[in-house]
Amino acid sequence: MGIETTFGDTILTTTIDKVVNWGRKNALWPMPFGLACCAIEMMASVAPRYDLARFGAEVFRFSPRQSDLMIIAGTVTYKMAAVTRKIYDQMPEPKWVIAMGACASSGGIFDTYATVQGVDEIIPVDVYLPGCPPRPEALIHAVMEIQKKISKESVLDK
Amino acid sequence: MSEVSAIAKRLKEKFPKAVTKVKTFRGELTISIDKDYIGKVAEFLYNDKGSDFDYLSDLCGVDKSRLDDSNTFEVVYHLYSLNQNHRVRLKVEIPASNPSIDTVTNVWKTADWHEREAYDMFGIIFEGHPNLERILTPEGFEGYPLRKDYPLKGRQPNSLREVYRKGKE
Repeated sequence: MGIETTFGDTILTTTIDKVVNWGRKNALWPMPFGLACCAIEMMASVAPRYDLARFGAEVFRFSPRQSDLMIIAGTVTYKMAAVTRKIYDQMPEPKWVIAMGACASSGGIFDTYATVQGVDEIIPVDVYLPGCPPRPEALIHAVMEIQKKISKESVLDK
Repeated sequence: MSEVSAIAKRLKEKFPKAVTKVKTFRGELTISIDKDYIGKVAEFLYNDKGSDFDYLSDLCGVDKSRLDDSNTFEVVYHLYSLNQNHRVRLKVEIPASNPSIDTVTNVWKTADWHEREAYDMFGIIFEGHPNLERILTPEGFEGYPLRKDYPLKGRQPNSLREVYRKGKE
């Protein structure tokens, strides 16, 4: 079929979307935004027992300039809100966000003057991850959901 | 470790009008101080060789307005002496209608942030503080959240939340 019949196994044809998405989803570089106890579970996810490296997302970058996946791990206070937004803005496109845990997703038990009732008040969220805190398996699942989402995107979108 | 009650005794001799109440509970000494004397008392306890309180381990506010009819706030100082290994607690009552008290930042520098926190949470004005601004709540925050009259699930006005959404500081 087509060009491959002529050249045999020496060549592969694909679409730009497929090859770019393949690259993006298998090398997610997370921006760890640890704000509370969820961050401990996030750290456990990258440690050998759970090993997020199996999904290509072990390179935690402490610079937003080098990351494309923001993991909001913990309670977002209004004091921290402006910083959260700023760091999100500093990340280059394309970028994705996981709201990890009940607090980041909805404010959790902290229905108070100080707590943002879900980080989606400030930045767009791709995956909401329930749990208080979620286990590392759950975070890995969330990363896999991000991967699924990426594979459905087109380079023209972002 | 020197006898803690000696500290109260010496303080009473030095400032007879300042000490309103002395209480010892489970070996912990608490001295109630009149609001006008806190600056002098702090300086004395810091400089006096016998007490030698070189370390302010905590300073906080208390809203006692719902406890009784007196309608007071309280500022609590926890002092510690590193050399003598003894502690004392000072309590100063101030009226909730005019919550103002002298700063102790000139004696213990660490009081700076503690007093800012008490100001932030209770609206207690520390006279003479070098930079009395909010410390825990964001800029533009309204009200004092740890006061008893602050609503339990109080929210800030929406205009402020809009600011955060845009990411301005």
